[in-house]
Amino acid sequence: MGNVVRQSWYALPSLLRFVLRRLAIGILLCVGVTLVSFSLTQVVPGDPVAASLGDYASSDPATVEAFRQRFGLDKPLPEQYFIYVTNLLQGDFGQSLQTRRPVAADLAQYMSATIELAIVAMTVAMIGGVGLGIIAAVNRDRWPDQVIRVVSLAGVSVPTFWLSLVCLYVFFFQLGWSPGVGRLPPGASGPMTITGLYTIDAMITGNWRVLGQALSHIALPAMVLAIYTIGAITRFTRAAMLEAFDQEYIRAARAKGMPERVVVMRHVLRPALAAIITVSGMAFGRMLGGAVLVESVFSWPGLGEYAYRSALALDLRAIMGVSLVIAAVYILVNLVVDILYAVVDPRIRLG
Amino acid sequence: MRSAWLQPLGIIGAGMLTIIVMLAILAPWIIPFDPNAQAFGRFLPPNGENWFGTDQLGRDIFSRVVHGARVSLPYAAQLVVLSAVIGTILGAIAGYFGGWIDGLIMRAADLVMAFPDIILAMAVVAALGPNLFNAVLAVVIVSWPIYARVVRSMILTLRDEPYVQSSRLLGASSGRALWRDIRPNVAGPVVVLAALEYGHAVLILSGLSFLGLGAQPPTAEWGSMVSEGSKYFDKWWMSVFPGLAILAVVLAANFLGDTLRDAFDPKSTKAFR
Amino acid sequence: MSAAPLVAIDTLTISLPSADGQRLFPVREVSLEIGRGDIVGLAGESGSGKTITALSLLGLLPPGGRMSGRIDFEGRDLVGLGPAEISAVRGRDIAMVFQDPMTALHPMLSIERQLTEHLRHHRGVDAKAARERAIELLELVRIPDAATALRRYPHQFSGGMRQRIAIAMALCCGPKLLIADEPTTALDVTVQAGILRLLQRLRTELGLSVLLITHDMGVMSALTDRVAVMYAGRIVEQGMRGDVLGRPRHPYTYGLLGALPHDRGEEMVLRPLEGTPPAIGALPQGCPFHPRCQFAQPVCRTAEPALRTVAPGRAIACTIDPLGEMAA
Repeated sequence: MGNVVRQSWYALPSLLRFVLRRLAIGILLCVGVTLVSFSLTQVVPGDPVAASLGDYASSDPATVEAFRQRFGLDKPLPEQYFIYVTNLLQGDFGQSLQTRRPVAADLAQYMSATIELAIVAMTVAMIGGVGLGIIAAVNRDRWPDQVIRVVSLAGVSVPTFWLSLVCLYVFFFQLGWSPGVGRLPPGASGPMTITGLYTIDAMITGNWRVLGQALSHIALPAMVLAIYTIGAITRFTRAAMLEAFDQEYIRAARAKGMPERVVVMRHVLRPALAAIITVSGMAFGRMLGGAVLVESVFSWPGLGEYAYRSALALDLRAIMGVSLVIAAVYILVNLVVDILYAVVDPRIRLG
Repeated sequence: MRSAWLQPLGIIGAGMLTIIVMLAILAPWIIPFDPNAQAFGRFLPPNGENWFGTDQLGRDIFSRVVHGARVSLPYAAQLVVLSAVIGTILGAIAGYFGGWIDGLIMRAADLVMAFPDIILAMAVVAALGPNLFNAVLAVVIVSWPIYARVVRSMILTLRDEPYVQSSRLLGASSGRALWRDIRPNVAGPVVVLAALEYGHAVLILSGLSFLGLGAQPPTAEWGSMVSEGSKYFDKWWMSVFPGLAILAVVLAANFLGDTLRDAFDPKSTKAFR
Repeated sequence: MSAAPLVAIDTLTISLPSADGQRLFPVREVSLEIGRGDIVGLAGESGSGKTITALSLLGLLPPGGRMSGRIDFEGRDLVGLGPAEISAVRGRDIAMVFQDPMTALHPMLSIERQLTEHLRHHRGVDAKAARERAIELLELVRIPDAATALRRYPHQFSGGMRQRIAIAMALCCGPKLLIADEPTTALDVTVQAGILRLLQRLRTELGLSVLLITHDMGVMSALTDRVAVMYAGRIVEQGMRGDVLGRPRHPYTYGLLGALPHDRGEEMVLRPLEGTPPAIGALPQGCPFHPRCQFAQPVCRTAEPALRTVAPGRAIACTIDPLGEMAA
């Protein structure tokens, strides 16, 4: 029986096998994530009911009883966990103390703003980081490399929340180049919601005025959010390129008389890019963390800003919801990244 | 041999850190004013007496920034030491014993790393209550896995070294073999990693304080000072100077850590073949 | 030997920057000729300068490396060529096969891309013609099902097959000189023989000149016409294969051959080579080989011997020539 399973497993194409294995790991990680968030709700000092319901609601015995019933708080822990996961699977993340709405509804509302910000920032970071990394590696130990090294170290050293404030002060308050905080000017209405990403929706509906507004609003926070990731990707790209440069196949390519430009862009960059793809998934996770800080300064109505307000209000259900969603996004992104890597590298694609 | 320009960065980093640590130690004697005394006019811009200006309560920002080093530096150090110790022990256990213990520890590490660190830290602090101690605890929970991974992979390569094998054959217990044969080899990389992580620890702690989840007013902590300053947007000096202090510490730690990594990591020091 | 050799290396000296700002000389005053259709062997231990000599033919010195002397290739001096000119020679007129086919083929580029990219670059051929040429070459090196092989990647081939592909890659532009740097060292013994036969056949079929670099005297004797032996950056013995390998006159060659099993029933006492070659930055005074030489005399400690002709087509760099009588 086991043998049959094993045989049919190995009969699958290697790329599919790879994807299935990654998928299984991703699902396991998601289960683990719910375990972590469930445990965190258990360690709250004092009465968990009060922590979840807030002082006002927990003074009403009927509400408390309903809450106990719903989450099975009188039952043993494993059963409570089971109820918790079942609720999650049905999209029930509980009630936010702060907004008095279901957390799931809040998450759905705020998610698109964060995704839009992160996509723009990640694009900027990938282009900037890979570009700078290539320049640094090609000029190894000469002055462009030295300058880029200092700049990228500064990029990973600057406190994001402070840089947000400074940029806002300089480019909005002093120079007036940036239109200020938020996704759109105050009072402006967004484009018709299709994807939830204002820039995309504005393009689809041909609403050029809103597109301009959305772009000018997203530029500054996206740049600030990208700074750390640019630094990290630059340094990683440089290292990956230098490692590839040391390989015998690069010497072989040069011995074939290929021009240095082709050697760098085709022979060196390709294996380096495969490595860069894998770290970009992790970099994306860090970027989602940085989004909390940037969004809170720029009043960007995304998950980070929501998490910030929830954390200040000690709104446990809401912040757990954000953690779960972001962890799930992170796991999903890394799954995609792994698959991309497999597609790029023939050794995995073809087994 | 790596080129000579790497060392200046390390020297600059070490020099900056030394000066900052000295300032922190000597702060009570060198700061001109009591960091919490509301002794001046409110919102004074930088001037001859208050070099960095004053805040909304008329406190001297220069004194608060210098005094703030006494908060940020030791808490970040505790955080790094705690994570390094916990991570090293767990990584060593995982690498040395292998099997299901290894699986358990490393899956836990994967799990923690699936959360962006600041968000998991926010959740932990929200659950435990906002103060600097809980913030440190929260960040320890999110930062041990990186040490565990590094130490585990080192142990895996060291475990099969002949001298480690032979001492096991000679009857040294697992614990003693770990301690005596492997510790010297693991210590270097862990120190380098800790130096690199120190800057990140300062960043994440001040970030949590900025969000109101770490140090609470009136503690003179850089992140919460930036946060207070952000409420008075046009009084730029309230945010700029504590932020520069964070930048200086993190930059110095990263300069030093990066140079150490180049010196210790045989991969990047690999000479041209 | 023919009157106009394909390559004539004349007193080639190569210097590299060292870590402490000094200059090192991994190759000193090397002179070597390779005739058309000749297979010339370059022997020596690692660090003797044989690989860097070969790389200098392609202008591929490590950063900061400098050459002096002449490398005459079909009437052109390669030493003076600028980067663009030498890169036009590389891969087109002079091609190279590396030691380890596992690392010398790019793991992420298809065989077709790797076989044709330089052909298209140097000769400006279109994709279709390049593919036909690639198939032709894969068949020449006996890769089965060449058309399918083009679409595959290096990891899908065995080591021996990969080395054949690497050889096909080198031959794509129809080079006149093939440099083979330890082409069989990384391969199994059974596979080695196949690669050697292939090189032999290419010489007869294509009239290819080969510079074969190896420390394996067995490979050397199987393939070459003439042999040069390098030690510490200099040629210490040079001559026809049968002479050098059969009746070595330099004590170093003699020592190297000690590693080669042979059953000629020689009465001569063979002492295997002991010790390691000196670092190029720390050569001993006098003959660089004297600390390891079983025949060393006091004079060997003072003067470094020059390469001198001892018989027609035969030169050694040894002051005392202890094996001269026996060889003669």
